[in-house]
Amino acid sequence: MTRLEERMLAGEYGYAAQKAMEILVALGKIYGAERMIEIRSAQISGVSYSNLGEEGLEFLLKLAEDGCVRVPTTLNPCGMDLEEWREMGIPEDFAEKQLRVIEAYRRLGVEPTLTCTPYLAGNMPEFGDHVAWSESSAVIYINSVIGARTNREGGPSALAAAITGRTPLYGLHLDDARRPTIIVRAPSIGGELDASALGYHVGRILVGGVPLFTGLGAISRDQLKALGAGLASSGGIALFHVEGVTPEAQRYSREHVEDVIEVTENDLRNEIEMLGEEFDEPDLIFVGCPHASIEELTEIYLLLSGRSVSRRFWIFASRAVRAQAERIGLLAKLEELGVRVYCDTCPVVAPLKRLGFKNVLTNSMKAAYYLRNLHEVRVQLKPLRRLVEDAVR
Amino acid sequence: MKIVLEGRVIWKGHVEGEALTTRQPISFYGGVDPGTGKIIEKGHELEGVSISDKILVFPYGKGSTVGSYILLRLKKHGLAPRAIINQRCEPIIAVGAIIAEIPCVDLIDVSRISTGDIVRIHGSRVEVWRRIPGL
Repeated sequence: MTRLEERMLAGEYGYAAQKAMEILVALGKIYGAERMIEIRSAQISGVSYSNLGEEGLEFLLKLAEDGCVRVPTTLNPCGMDLEEWREMGIPEDFAEKQLRVIEAYRRLGVEPTLTCTPYLAGNMPEFGDHVAWSESSAVIYINSVIGARTNREGGPSALAAAITGRTPLYGLHLDDARRPTIIVRAPSIGGELDASALGYHVGRILVGGVPLFTGLGAISRDQLKALGAGLASSGGIALFHVEGVTPEAQRYSREHVEDVIEVTENDLRNEIEMLGEEFDEPDLIFVGCPHASIEELTEIYLLLSGRSVSRRFWIFASRAVRAQAERIGLLAKLEELGVRVYCDTCPVVAPLKRLGFKNVLTNSMKAAYYLRNLHEVRVQLKPLRRLVEDAVR
Repeated sequence: MKIVLEGRVIWKGHVEGEALTTRQPISFYGGVDPGTGKIIEKGHELEGVSISDKILVFPYGKGSTVGSYILLRLKKHGLAPRAIINQRCEPIIAVGAIIAEIPCVDLIDVSRISTGDIVRIHGSRVEVWRRIPGL
C-alpha cells in the first residue's frame, strides 16, 4: 500500500475514507490483490430507500459528514422521476424518503444522474481505463463495448472506491480474466429483443466465464446494450466479446477457450416464450431497460408514424438523453402522440405494484426477469415494432 | 473438549457466544428478515430460525449485494449475529461485516463447528468448546 492509502486506513483522512479503505483492503485480501489501482470514475447502485432502509441512509449521511468522492461518480436510477413523480402516481411518503437518499449522495459529491446508462450521460470511460462500477448492465457494457476495466462492484464497494479514488487490482482489471473462455456461434439478430434473448439464453447456460460471439454480423450499440443486460441478469456475466465489433475481440489468443456452443433462432424464440406470458390487454407498455438511447427514441417516433398511442406508453431514459430529445424537438413530437418519457427511474426500481400495474408489455428480457421475480407482475415480451402496434391499436 | 482454529480476519473483534451452524450458503437480501433477524429463505435448513446474537457459521454468502445493507440494518436493530465465521467470505458478507462492525473471520473449516458449541473469537483465532453430554 502507498503512504496515502495507509494514512487513509489509519483514519488520518477521517471516518469515511477509513471505512472505505477498510472495505477495499478486505476485498483485496479476499481476491489476493497485490495492490490498489487508481480509478477514473465510479457508478453507484443502492439508491432505493426500500433496500437501504433508515439504517443504510444513516450510514450514507455519516460518510457524508467528512467524506467526499475523489473521482467523477454517477448514480443508478431511483424509485421515481424527480420532477414528475406526482404525475407517475408515486405516493408522497415514498417520494419523501427517496429524496433523502439522493440528498445524502449529493452531499458525498455524487452526481445524481440516476441512470443505468451513465455512458450515455457524460460518464464515459475510455479504452483501458480502470474504473469501479456497479449496476450489472453498465459494468458489462463498458467492459465489453468500450474496453474499460471494472469488476462487478456492489453499491458499497463502488462507493468505497469513489471515496478513496482506488480499487484493489484483481479480476477484470487484469488481462487474465478478460480472455474468452467460450465461443458462441450465434444467429444474426433482428433487434433489441433478440439481442436481449441471446444474452439471457447464453447467461443461463454459462457458469461465469467470458463468451466470444461469432456470426452476429452488424450489431448496433443499442443491441450490444441489450445483449449485455441479458447476459448480466441471467448469468452474472461481466464481459463479452463480439468478433469484428468489440475492441478486445482480437486481443487475446483463444487458448483458454474451453467450449464452443451453437445458438439457433429457435433457442431465442423459446427463451422469449418461457419468460414472457400471454395476455391481451397490457395496462403499461414500456421501453427503456436499460435506459433508452436517443436512437431508440427516434426509432419509436418513426414506427409511430404520426399515430397517437391509445394506452399508457412510457419510455425510460436518462435525463441527458431526454434533454437531447428536447433540443431536437423529438420530445415534443413524442408527447404530442401521447408517449411519456420518464427519467431518474425505471420499472424495476419503481414501486410498480403500488402504482397498480398488473400486465406489462416490454421488449427487455432483463425487465421481464426482475419484474416477475420482484414485483409479481405479468410480463409479455414483443419486439419494438409489434409493441408500438399494440400501443396504437 | 476444545478445538483451536486459525483463520483470516475480515473485521477484527473479541467475542464469545453460542454457534448457529449451517452447511448452506446464506442470502441476506431476501433471505433474512431485517425486522426480526430470522432466516426466511424458503427451504433453507435454518428457515424460521433467528440468527440474532449467535456466532453464525456458514460456508459463504450468496445473492444480491444489497445483502450488505441488510447486515447493517440487523445490527442497528440489535438483531445481528454476534460474529460471523465463513469457510470463504465473499464481498457481500465482507462489506456487510465491515459497515456493520460485526466481527468476521474466514478461511475456517466450518464443518468443525456445530450448533450449540461455545465459540470464542480473538482476531484470527477461533476457539471452539463442545459441550459433552453428561459432563
